[in-house]
Amino acid sequence: MIIANNVTKRFGKLTALNNVSVTCNKGECIALIGPNGSGKTTFIKSILGMVVPDSGFITFNGKNIVHDWKYRSHIGYMPQIGRYPDNMTIGQVIRMMKDIRADKTGKAVDESLIKEFGLDQLQQKRMRTLSGGTRQKVSASLAFLFDPDVLILDEPTAGLDPLSSEMLKEKIKSEKEKGKLVMITSHILSELDDLITQVIYMQDGNVQFHKKLSDLQKDTGEEKLSRAIASVMAKN
Amino acid sequence: MKKITKYVLTDILRNKIIIGYTIFLLLISMSLFNLEDSSSKGLLSLLNIVLIIVPLVSVIFSTIYIYNSAEFIELLVSQPLKRKQLWGSLFTGLAGSLAFSFFIGIGIPVLLFAASATGYIMIAMGLLLTVIFVAIAMFAAVIARDKAKGIGLAIFLWLYFSLLFDGLVLFVLFQFQDYPLEKFMIVASALNPIDLSRIMVLLKMDTSALMGYTGAVFRDFFGTNTGFIIAILILFSWIVALFWWSLRKFIRKDL
Repeated sequence: MIIANNVTKRFGKLTALNNVSVTCNKGECIALIGPNGSGKTTFIKSILGMVVPDSGFITFNGKNIVHDWKYRSHIGYMPQIGRYPDNMTIGQVIRMMKDIRADKTGKAVDESLIKEFGLDQLQQKRMRTLSGGTRQKVSASLAFLFDPDVLILDEPTAGLDPLSSEMLKEKIKSEKEKGKLVMITSHILSELDDLITQVIYMQDGNVQFHKKLSDLQKDTGEEKLSRAIASVMAKN
Repeated sequence: MKKITKYVLTDILRNKIIIGYTIFLLLISMSLFNLEDSSSKGLLSLLNIVLIIVPLVSVIFSTIYIYNSAEFIELLVSQPLKRKQLWGSLFTGLAGSLAFSFFIGIGIPVLLFAASATGYIMIAMGLLLTVIFVAIAMFAAVIARDKAKGIGLAIFLWLYFSLLFDGLVLFVLFQFQDYPLEKFMIVASALNPIDLSRIMVLLKMDTSALMGYTGAVFRDFFGTNTGFIIAILILFSWIVALFWWSLRKFIRKDL
């Protein structure tokens, strides 16, 4: 579904992505793991076309994304740090997104997360007054709002309280079972265990490996993802 | 594109600075027309406001607005929208609302008190200058990632077009005063939208007789219908070229 081919991106002297080639298919739930500054967010942003690669290309459903923009209607994106216009209210932001996107997909909107998080009671709150966690909830609700085929979640549970993060995980699980492609980055590996099917491990802009979770468990002899990754990191 | 323009426009029109700017222009033009005994004198005083204050406010407000919309831009870039549309909407929204303020603040008083060819030309030039300086602001904002740098660049460009450029031209004129420089002057004035607007308005005023030999040269070129059309085309190409340039930068920009 998403194929990255030798994607390279430099910011000045820093090579954020170095010849990254990855293939992601429908129905997979991929964990993007790596130390801080290993290029995970840059990779996600280049899939979304927010960062333009220096060389290499990315295809979505077989089409190069460079001059395309329609493919983004199949993606729900939850940024690491959701930044929203300060003087808009939650209700206005949600209505604006619906206004911009709804007619393009023609599908009914999925407001279950908005209700579960209780955002419908906070409609009138301005974005600048929100706490980090509530902002995260808005980001998550927007990512799932249009029932997209691909979900890209950049540290989805960072800053969420245990209850909300459990709600979000349940939602991710149910979407995964519908056969969607889910891509998650997270540093809290323990919460990924029962979600993911594949692991991409990145370091210094390189993809170190891309394996099925079961293969990784077999290779390292560890049951838990956190221990498996730790043993890989120790070897490097 | 219409939808996003609508959001940008409602956001700007709610902004108190735009309302303040409109009232400020309205107060100045009303008082100038009421103080001066003839409307042409009022127009002459107003000309300096149009040539200095209007570009300054347009350029600074637009630059700051673009930087403050960073979140809005970031949010929409990850959505199924063309970047071209997004940038175009921001431009339309800014240029539209600032031009609207100008029209209310200066256009309507001029139409009421000095509805002459000079008045019409001045309104047209003010509107064009507003749009040109919005384009300059968007160019500065897309080049510099840092807000302070971007605003600095925008103010410098304004300073260049309104003051430094004239100084440079004068310097060249004095250095080469033994040579015929009429053609050079016409080309030089076309390179600065503020100068070009000033010439276009002054030529319609009686005061153009005071401009001496150079004034006569300008009259020969810009005073004709062809000259007028060329001047308008030059001003429009300023808008198109600057916007196109900033759009190209924006499409390749990492967010």
